[in-house]
Amino acid sequence: MLLDSLNIAKQCKKYGLSLWQCPQFLFLILGFVVITSSITLYFIGVGYAEDPEIVVLIVLGVSTLLMIIGFSITKSFERLAEVVRLKAEFISIVSHQLRAPLANLRWIIDLLISGKVEQVPEKQTNYLQILRENGQRMEELVSDLLTVSRIESNEFLFKKEKASLAELVQKTIARLDPLARASNVEVRLSAENNLPETLFDPFQIGQAIENLLDNAIRYTKGRGLVEVTLNKKNNGLYFEVVDNGIGIFPDDQKYIGQKFFRGGNAFRHQAQGSGLGLYIAKAIVEKSGGKLSFKSKEGEGSTFWFTIPIKH
Amino acid sequence: MSKKILFIEDEPVLQKTFGDALGSDGYEIVAAVDGEVGLRLAQSEKPDLILLDLILPRLPGLEVLKKLKENEATSHIPVIILTNLEDVKNIETALELGATTYLVKANYSLGEIVDKVKKALG
Repeated sequence: MLLDSLNIAKQCKKYGLSLWQCPQFLFLILGFVVITSSITLYFIGVGYAEDPEIVVLIVLGVSTLLMIIGFSITKSFERLAEVVRLKAEFISIVSHQLRAPLANLRWIIDLLISGKVEQVPEKQTNYLQILRENGQRMEELVSDLLTVSRIESNEFLFKKEKASLAELVQKTIARLDPLARASNVEVRLSAENNLPETLFDPFQIGQAIENLLDNAIRYTKGRGLVEVTLNKKNNGLYFEVVDNGIGIFPDDQKYIGQKFFRGGNAFRHQAQGSGLGLYIAKAIVEKSGGKLSFKSKEGEGSTFWFTIPIKH
Repeated sequence: MSKKILFIEDEPVLQKTFGDALGSDGYEIVAAVDGEVGLRLAQSEKPDLILLDLILPRLPGLEVLKKLKENEATSHIPVIILTNLEDVKNIETALELGATTYLVKANYSLGEIVDKVKKALG
């Protein structure tokens, strides 16, 4: 790791910058120039003590050189910042532009399936349903991308209201029931009685719960059990999902929750997935004042949990 | 007599899909593809309900809504806002201006939207 970060040429290549535009390299040059010029100037100063004009001229020359290098460093940082901005803008524009046509497609398919245009033979209805599911997958990805770009640009809006987390968890489990049945996974909820209501954004937190549950169900092999626990801990509500699924490779665990990251085990088990679900869940929980974390053992399963503070 | 719905939306695909969906349920659909035409048709056709997109050519949706509510002849017609935006500010403005409700296009299936329309028509 350390050696890698010292390999400046490699780093600059990674960012697609030439050496003379690369901040790391320019800083190195800057440091080198500062050190050699200070030492040289010291000796020149000692040797030419009677002729201060020369010393002043040399100092001016070196300062100009330093300023030029400093200027190019600033320039290259500007370029990097610009690239980051463009990337965020790109994601936002693309997702907005994709949304409308995707909604159109979905509605047209809805209309066809409903039989209002013309009675559709059953065989064709099946194909239409496949189209609808695929469209839905695209819409989900697009909406995840939009959420990510909102999180990153700090435009994430929370509509907090007093609500029951237990109810929200029940509703989310019910919504994922078809997926659980299709995956042959049982979801069991044990919630402490009389949990207090608290102030949070039910839509966003619901999203986080859904992402965690969806993962637990999706990455449980064959007949499995997903246990959901909800109780009060310290001054907050504690939510936990335990699965007996495929687990996460130890080497992958430090990257879990990073944008677009998918564990090797997850990928082997299920090719589909954007690697955004946990990133989004984590951001939502943290912006709600809580914490999200996990532990996992490859082949035995994973436990994901989060807390949110109880506020009135 | 069948109820009349004025649909102000610049996207032809949606005009057609909605027209077919609501038409087959026995509603009469009047289509307008920009804000000015929509406003004119609202006065001449006297619809029972208006579906209004927010992003429109010539006259933006919020302006159309404002003018509809200012005019005595049209102020009683319920207006449902259809939008791609999840822009909370625009939605709040629309509700303040007197819109009955709003629908973010991406969040609803066609069936749900038709249900909302039926409900608003009573």
